[in-house]
Amino acid sequence: MDSKLLTVSPSPHIHQEQTISRIMYDVIFAMLPAFAFSVYVFGLGALMVTLIAVLSAVFFEYMITKHLLKREPDILDGSAVVTGMLLAFNVPSNLPWWLVVLGSFVAIGIGKMSFGGLGNNPFNPALVGRVFLLVSFPVQMTTWPAPFESRMSITDVVTGATPLGFIKDGLKNGESLVDLMQEVPRHMDFFLGTQPGSMGEISGLLLTIGFLYMVIRKVITWHIPVIVIGTMFVFSGFLWLGNPDRFVDPLFQILTGGALLGAIFMATDYVTSPMTIRGVVIYSVGIGIITILVRVFGAYPEGISFAILIMNAFVPLLNKYLKPSRFGEKVKNG
Amino acid sequence: MFIFNKLKTFPKGGIHPPEVKISAEKPIKRLPLPANIKVPIAQHIGVPASPVVERGELVKTGQVIAKTAGFVSANIHAPASGKVAKISEEMDVSGYRRTSIMIRVDKEEQWADGIDTTDELRKEISLSREQILEKILQGGIVGMGGATFPSHVKLNVPKGKKADVLIINGAECEPYLTSDHQLMLEKSEELMVGVRILMKALDVKKAIIGIENNKRDAIDKLSGIAKNYEDISVAALKVQYPQGGEKQLIKALINREVPSGKLPIDVGTVVHNVGTTYAVYEAVQKNKPLIERVITVTGKSVKDPGNFIARIGTPVSALIDAAGGLPEDTGKVISGGPMMGKALNDLEISVTKGTSGILILPEKESARSKSKVCIRCSKCTNVCPMGLEPFYLMTTVQRGMNDEAEQNRVLDCIECGSCAYICPSNRELLDYIRLGKATVANLIRERQSA
Repeated sequence: MDSKLLTVSPSPHIHQEQTISRIMYDVIFAMLPAFAFSVYVFGLGALMVTLIAVLSAVFFEYMITKHLLKREPDILDGSAVVTGMLLAFNVPSNLPWWLVVLGSFVAIGIGKMSFGGLGNNPFNPALVGRVFLLVSFPVQMTTWPAPFESRMSITDVVTGATPLGFIKDGLKNGESLVDLMQEVPRHMDFFLGTQPGSMGEISGLLLTIGFLYMVIRKVITWHIPVIVIGTMFVFSGFLWLGNPDRFVDPLFQILTGGALLGAIFMATDYVTSPMTIRGVVIYSVGIGIITILVRVFGAYPEGISFAILIMNAFVPLLNKYLKPSRFGEKVKNG
Repeated sequence: MFIFNKLKTFPKGGIHPPEVKISAEKPIKRLPLPANIKVPIAQHIGVPASPVVERGELVKTGQVIAKTAGFVSANIHAPASGKVAKISEEMDVSGYRRTSIMIRVDKEEQWADGIDTTDELRKEISLSREQILEKILQGGIVGMGGATFPSHVKLNVPKGKKADVLIINGAECEPYLTSDHQLMLEKSEELMVGVRILMKALDVKKAIIGIENNKRDAIDKLSGIAKNYEDISVAALKVQYPQGGEKQLIKALINREVPSGKLPIDVGTVVHNVGTTYAVYEAVQKNKPLIERVITVTGKSVKDPGNFIARIGTPVSALIDAAGGLPEDTGKVISGGPMMGKALNDLEISVTKGTSGILILPEKESARSKSKVCIRCSKCTNVCPMGLEPFYLMTTVQRGMNDEAEQNRVLDCIECGSCAYICPSNRELLDYIRLGKATVANLIRERQSA
């Protein structure tokens, strides 16, 4: 036999085909239906905001990796594109371009790269960017273009409040919830996506399709989105049953305010979610409860961004104390 | 009708790599005797056997050439008759040079006395329990699923412990491999006798043969024979790796969990592989020691993949030739399956008692992809059948946090490779965990001797 040089390495000798970049491109693919719909609903503005967010996110990651961290940038892994898209999904489609760039800078520069880049950031970068903008530029961040009304224009738009914001303001002014509910779109509209809001949050249906796609492609498991939404539903359901004049119904809660966007695309971020199933349950229940608490008792009408960031902070603790159940731990003989 | 029954499986983790059983249903072919055979004296876990022949001596097939040298050790027999050409240090599957006995094989084979070399089926079990154990010890039988643990040790149940069920491992969960499958099809009757011998040796009233559901024909065939014995049953297992892992198989079949650091006997069972069971049949009923075994030779580019019966000590190259030669695009040759097998650096290495297959991977599947950062996707944790956190164990080992690795049960790792298989960043999880296991095991030994 000829003396051919053989490769030698320890087992295993085969590997599944899913790589980081395939995962990231799957996530991007899962966001595309909602993205296309937001362009359809909000027009050019949505397209511009997304392009600016993605390009600036990629640019900042490249420059920081190369010139500050002095490492070989790995832009093609797609993670910066995902962050850019998620940031765009979380802002109004008429946000000034410089605010989008600033948001990208905070997301990538502070939220991600200052911790060492992919895999090391404790907080979801896109949400860091979003919350920074929300707190620093509350007016621009809560001026929502009305659906379908200003599709061909970027600057001159008709605006409307989000349903949750509208109700929160109304309740504050002493109006009755029953009257307020008459004036907001119906549940089906939320599910199909004709409500004012951030670009990516408006269509529950298309976000759910993205969720199913990611589950089928084994990018994520069902646990986090289902537990987050389920907790929100149950918790707000109790409040609603207790006092339907004061609290909105649970279906309304889960279809508005970016709940689905947050639960499906933000809370499931690998880097900032727990490593064990026990941790995932606590993390997800925590997000659900905090979201409703912020919405009902807090100053902001939405709240899932804060909830996710708060639970992100607990992830290292959850990882440390909630170990998987080890094989042979509970001895059963049966 | 057990098609409608839920398939049995282990509850935690696991993966399903492509099965690629291309050599399935290929009848077992007997490999011609090679001109030279090289028999390593360390083919099992434990103390290597000590040679009892000298250079120049003539040996007959089946004659002991190296004797068991401790309780956990096994006899080695001459796999063919001939002249001992030399006893030297030769490279073996482990990658180390170890003592091997080289035999120049006779043209006319001469068998040692008392060995029944016919194919005649002998169902009657006439030997007593003690005689059976002695035959298994003398026959040099070791676990043939790959771990090569001497079988007589498993069968000598320590005082105070008792097995109540025997498990026969026919899962063959490694992709590509089909040697156990084919053995179950062609030697079903013999296997069933082997099962009864092992039951007698252990004095148990119940035996379960576990087979993955991708081998329906073997399940049907063995179930058909098992009908004649009310204490032997055949169970279909879900196709899920590592179904054939000892602890996983026990959990799947009888729902008992072997505690950390304990053995199957601690939960009242003993597991033997089907290959081992057949070897037991031959040793006890035919007085034939373990000198040959069934080996799958396979790979996507292999011209004529198949199952062969080859003598121990046969060079791997002879098996590859029998399967149509080494393919042009060969990049890696593996002894065993793709998940747990060992990559060979030399094709003149000998087949041993633990060689279940020779897998040839093409060049493009041979090198690992570049490792990237951990993105904390938790896939490794989710697939670990032992409930460990491979990503975290790797970090503890990299940083030398040995206590932390020990507390996080690094020693529980069964090295199935599921974590490294699934990792989207191609991280060297299992490499580091192996290193951690060795380090921690050493520390524990030092602690105990201090």
